Amino acid sequence: MHELSLCNAIAATVDEHAAGKRVDVVRLRVGHFRQVVPDTLQFCWTNTVAGGPLDGARLDIVAVPAVVVCRVCGGSTELDEPMLRCAGCASSEVDMVSGEEFMIESIDVSDRPDTGAA
Amino acid sequence: MGRFHPHGDHDHEHEHEHRGVGDHSGYATGAERITVLENILGENDRIAAANRAELAGHGVRTVNLMSSPGAGKTALLARTIPALANRTRVGILEGDIATNIDADRLAGLGADVALVNTDDGFGGECHLDAVMVRSGLDQLPLAELDLLVIENVGNLVCPAEFDVGQDARAMVYAITEGEEKPLKYPVMFRAVDAVVINKMDLLPHLDFDLELFRANLARVNPHAVTFEVSATTGAGLDGWVEWLIDTAT
Repeated sequence: MHELSLCNAIAATVDEHAAGKRVDVVRLRVGHFRQVVPDTLQFCWTNTVAGGPLDGARLDIVAVPAVVVCRVCGGSTELDEPMLRCAGCASSEVDMVSGEEFMIESIDVSDRPDTGAA
Repeated sequence: MGRFHPHGDHDHEHEHEHRGVGDHSGYATGAERITVLENILGENDRIAAANRAELAGHGVRTVNLMSSPGAGKTALLARTIPALANRTRVGILEGDIATNIDADRLAGLGADVALVNTDDGFGGECHLDAVMVRSGLDQLPLAELDLLVIENVGNLVCPAEFDVGQDARAMVYAITEGEEKPLKYPVMFRAVDAVVINKMDLLPHLDFDLELFRANLARVNPHAVTFEVSATTGAGLDGWVEWLIDTAT
């Protein structure tokens, strides 16, 4: 259940960037090579923010495909299974260029009805 | 604001993209998109870097030892600690969701043992993070150590995601777990520098294909060094012990 601690980390960072504004959407980029279960993350997020300043903020998870580039032939392969191998020449001398992302990309904020513009 | 952004090469902290009619008036909804571009584990990674720096300052090299529950991390360490005696000064940081069973098992073997239970708060964590390791470091005489082995919580998923400040990662894999584990848990198997293949004494009794396991491991991590051992009989430990000593120097 590390989704729960991940949600706490996300909430802390979002809170800081929102600077008191209402947060409507939190946009995440999650690579396919990350072991994060989106449904579990959503469930934990709802529970983490309930009753706090981020209550109601929607989590928008953008999945990033896992891509490797071959050191032998230079070809690029999008992985649909966790085998790090070039689809072109079958070499396993590959470097992962995407798929390990786990970041907060952006947040959508608006003024809280009772506070007006910050 | 004013935070260091480890990711992205943007040269300003926030991009504000105003959307919708009336946003520029400063009234109406005040809706805007704020670019954050922060690693979600950034805070953990900063503390891990501080742990690494503190350990390096004391001349301590650190191995993060991971495995599924029951693969034999503690049994391996119980064999390893005496083998390291007189060659390198070793400390153990035990992570367990609850209980001091493993820590007690290792006490008295010649290593300094610190225990971090991860069950503070709700539910118990499935891994050690950098903050938990930070709290364990205070229990250890770092100035007197050459090598610290962090025995992580038994789990093939979560511990691979968290940097705790180690210099190297190793895992214990038991041949009772089946040949396909590297493909099912590629993040863990990919994260490690060394794989200790344990319970080799059971090989005659199992329908286990060692070459298939090695091929699966090579598919996700062609560079991991491997050691075939039995923590029960003590067979095959030399290569692992030498790897630890190399890591510590």
